[in-house]
Amino acid sequence: MIDRRAFLRLAAGAGPASLAAACGWDGGNAVRPLLLDISRFNNWVGEKVLFSKNRLAPQYPIADRTAQLPSYFISPAMPTLQDPKAWRLEVSGLVRQPLSLSIADLQALPRTTYTVKHHCVEGWSAIATWHGVPVSAVAERCGMLPQARYVRFDSFDSGYMNGWDLASAMHPQTILAYGMNDNPLPESHGAPLRLYSPTKLGYKMTKYLVSVTFTAERPGGYWEDQGYPWFGGV
Amino acid sequence: MAAPPVPTTPPPKPSPAPLVKRHHWVVRLTHWMTFVLLAGMIMSGLQIYGAYARFGERGGPYYVNAFEDHAFPTWSRLGGWLAGGLNWHFTLMWPLIAGGFLYLSYLALSGEWRSLLFRPRDIRGAIEMQKYYLRLRKDHPPQGKHNPLQKLAYTCIILLGVLSVLTGFAIYKPTQFSWLTALFGGFQAARYWHFWAVWIFTAFLIVHVILVFVVDPASLRAMISGWYRGRFPSHD
Repeated sequence: MIDRRAFLRLAAGAGPASLAAACGWDGGNAVRPLLLDISRFNNWVGEKVLFSKNRLAPQYPIADRTAQLPSYFISPAMPTLQDPKAWRLEVSGLVRQPLSLSIADLQALPRTTYTVKHHCVEGWSAIATWHGVPVSAVAERCGMLPQARYVRFDSFDSGYMNGWDLASAMHPQTILAYGMNDNPLPESHGAPLRLYSPTKLGYKMTKYLVSVTFTAERPGGYWEDQGYPWFGGV
Repeated sequence: MAAPPVPTTPPPKPSPAPLVKRHHWVVRLTHWMTFVLLAGMIMSGLQIYGAYARFGERGGPYYVNAFEDHAFPTWSRLGGWLAGGLNWHFTLMWPLIAGGFLYLSYLALSGEWRSLLFRPRDIRGAIEMQKYYLRLRKDHPPQGKHNPLQKLAYTCIILLGVLSVLTGFAIYKPTQFSWLTALFGGFQAARYWHFWAVWIFTAFLIVHVILVFVVDPASLRAMISGWYRGRFPSHD
């Protein structure tokens, strides 16, 4: 039998020792599943407790735009379209009317412009202006069905994709952006169309969009499936 | 006239220090919990820091930072890569916050806060204590459970814990808690203060452990078993 004092001593010694042994370690097969369970709990907290569908991210004056906004993609080279004129955004899934939209079609829908802060999961931030159509306006146009609970965004960047909860996707500041800093969206930032929202971390904002699919099952995501938080809200 | 009687027994030895109950189990539990969890938070935090090892909006200007673009050694990091570090950090934060709440609730409900909280009336005692440490006064000023400088240190470290949690939430949800983030001067400033807390905690830990062994080794036993037999048995 182990007395309480000895146990407390043991616990005091074992804690740091096991942490020290854990350096540079993601938890291994024993702890990683637990960490991912807690991450799912944190998704729930982020979505149901902390996220507000009405709270708008602060906006900044144009003069506050930062000098840099790094460009990220997973393909070996910057993804580009062979024939930009042939590009269409396919809107489908749990909708009454699937759509195939050109940039001109998207620009004919209600337009939103804001200058907001971009938060990267790595810890950097940058301010830029984005121009686009709210995802909620597209959902209205295609007649999203009440069974839809998630939205899946796919790209032509080597299969990069993200799954979103419906409330975040319908947030008034969640847009399909075709413009940045008063210009058409550059290739380095996902031309011709990218997802943007100041309520999410950068990796949730799919670039080089090809399709938007409304689903009942939760889609994964490129980084999310490798261990990054699925909700990714800020 | 008879000479005074010669004492036949030696003078009584000073009685050994009494054994007193010093720390409630809630205090001991949360003390060691915080030590282990904070170590994990700092190590996973250093892993996260490595993903973008500077402060300030992209393109600058950047904040003064001795660790700019610095990669901390592998042994000091937890998580292996950014996602691993984040998942450790966002797991350990819950028991750390819970322990903090438990501890503060205990302090408030038991009245123990009186022997710990530094108040204006402790200023004079803190000066006397500082004089003693600077050898400007010979005798150790009388004290209760903690001397006024200890109260100052413990009060500040609790405030630092609160600040770390608040700056942490300011970084975690800068849009949902935009008012909190703004309070700290924005997202990058909140990251900066959150990082500073690491070094204040680390400095506190080093001084804390040195003082335990140099000044009052009996206090280590008290923080483990709850019982204390040492230099400062009185309680206030």
